[in-house]
Amino acid sequence: MNALLRNHWEWLLEQRWLLPGLLGIGFVLAFAIPEYNLLNKYVQLVLMYLGINIILAVSLNLVNGYMGEFSLAHAGFMAVGAYTAALLTMKVLPMAAYPGLFPLAVLAGGLAAALMGLIVAIPSFKVRGDYLAIITLAFLMIVKSVIENIDYIGGPRGIPGIKRLTTLPWVFFWVVVSVWVVRNFVYSKYGRGVLSIREDEIASDLMSVNTRRVKFLAFMTSSFFAGIAGALFAHLLQFISPRVFDIIKTTDILIMVYLGGIASITGSIIGATLYTVLLEILRPSTVAGLLSWLPAMVFDPLNEYFIRHLGVWRMVIMPLLLVLVMLYWPRGIMGLREFRGFIPRRDREAHHRLTTPEKRGTP
Amino acid sequence: MTTLLEATQVKHFFGGLCAVADFNLDLQTGQLMGVIGPNGAGKTTVFNLITGVYQASEGSIRFKGTELVGKTPHQITALRIGRTFQNIRLFRDLSVLDNVRIAHYAQADYSPLEALLHMGRYRREEQRIIENSQRLLSIFKLEALAGETARNLPYGLQRRLEIARALAIGPELLLLDEPAAGMNPNEIDQLMEFIQWIRQEFKLTILLIEHQMKLVMGICERIKVLDFGETLAEGPPEAIQNDPKVLEAYLGEGPVG
Repeated sequence: MNALLRNHWEWLLEQRWLLPGLLGIGFVLAFAIPEYNLLNKYVQLVLMYLGINIILAVSLNLVNGYMGEFSLAHAGFMAVGAYTAALLTMKVLPMAAYPGLFPLAVLAGGLAAALMGLIVAIPSFKVRGDYLAIITLAFLMIVKSVIENIDYIGGPRGIPGIKRLTTLPWVFFWVVVSVWVVRNFVYSKYGRGVLSIREDEIASDLMSVNTRRVKFLAFMTSSFFAGIAGALFAHLLQFISPRVFDIIKTTDILIMVYLGGIASITGSIIGATLYTVLLEILRPSTVAGLLSWLPAMVFDPLNEYFIRHLGVWRMVIMPLLLVLVMLYWPRGIMGLREFRGFIPRRDREAHHRLTTPEKRGTP
Repeated sequence: MTTLLEATQVKHFFGGLCAVADFNLDLQTGQLMGVIGPNGAGKTTVFNLITGVYQASEGSIRFKGTELVGKTPHQITALRIGRTFQNIRLFRDLSVLDNVRIAHYAQADYSPLEALLHMGRYRREEQRIIENSQRLLSIFKLEALAGETARNLPYGLQRRLEIARALAIGPELLLLDEPAAGMNPNEIDQLMEFIQWIRQEFKLTILLIEHQMKLVMGICERIKVLDFGETLAEGPPEAIQNDPKVLEAYLGEGPVG
């Protein structure tokens, strides 16, 4: 029975219509869910945040997982995207007359962030590892303090009253685009270049890989999607301030990437999903509900000092989670492995044709 | 015969230490030349100078008339100079196939945009790279291991994979850094045949560093002896074997072979 199921699964994965089919269903659902309220508003909101988190995790994995660097700048790129897009929709573009201009603002956010990525890529030619991590941290701090000191964009108070333009179909669209582009990147010569830089940069250079070009591309692609995610995030939360994009935000994304697994798109999707759901469960009301069976003697002090302040405790719990994952589970759930559907057929066959010829074919 | 690689008065310093002093080389197309010398003689430094890992402090290195000094390693490699390393430097966590595919970087003719959007020349070029990699792997009898992680290969096969990877560049000049390191006499005999064979098959010019006298004396047409960054002697194997300066500095230290 088990073998039969597995055979069907294998057969299903081999079908060319599988991915387009799933995408089609996804898009129909993305339009139908908000239109007919198939899920309640709260779940819809969580789904949109989940999508944004997937974009963030998949794009950060390109630098931190595939390339093996430790960039802390992701929230900074997100901020650049968020502010660029929000300023465009609020002050520049005639949104009232043409509401269809929103995707343009999102794209601009991505491009602005990609430009910043270009700048951050330059120090990566000279330094690696811990030192590059410090430089990216500095970049994050610079972005934050620059925003804090420009009054035109609200300074430390931020920008309130952004229109809620992010919708489920748009989030779904960008999730698909980011996963698709990152996958294409990873399985191209540039992606193999990124992997070879992680393994041995000098050997990589001596095997004709233009390491600078590859690093530029990796940082730009990664920050482009961070900017897209930031733009979508701003138009969903409807309020942005420098504090939203601090080191805690970067930590969130780091946890998703390392929990899910480095150098794996599947891993980032799983990591982002687990983390988003975990965060929703860890809300005070939910936790209080889950623990209400405890005797009052235990529950009351717990509620008083811990559950009611979960928002603050999060700042302790989440970084601690990151430390634990990196210490005891450095490769994460899917580390260096990939769901077969994401691997181009060409690659899969080249790796397996000669080793296991009998495995191929229909059940 | 034409000169393929020419080095004139190359000097290299590490801080105040002179690692290579006045290195001259005239390597003819199709030649198989050996570089020998005691540890620390500057042999690997010469390889690193040719491939651009280090920039020569003085002098010039020309490959088919193109100046190499001032170029980056990937630019030099793309001129079709392949090399291996003294201590194997494979991409250990990647598959055997990917190790060979990575070395196709300069040959793969498509732009970043074509790669990201999965269009244009991307598919055709990727297919060509896979076919060429598989051809190389089967020549080296590694095809059954295409999906294996490089670190899991036994030592001898790792050496072989490293040569396959260097050949994926499509080199005219191949630099081999101690290819026989860690091999027993029997394996060295096989390696000698193997080097002769790839030289014919891929029409290579080969420059190799080696400590194993048996290999060097057996297959090299010319030998260059380095000591403390200076050239002690150069000539055909018979002349080197009988050169008193060489015997004193190098061969005289222990039994030959």
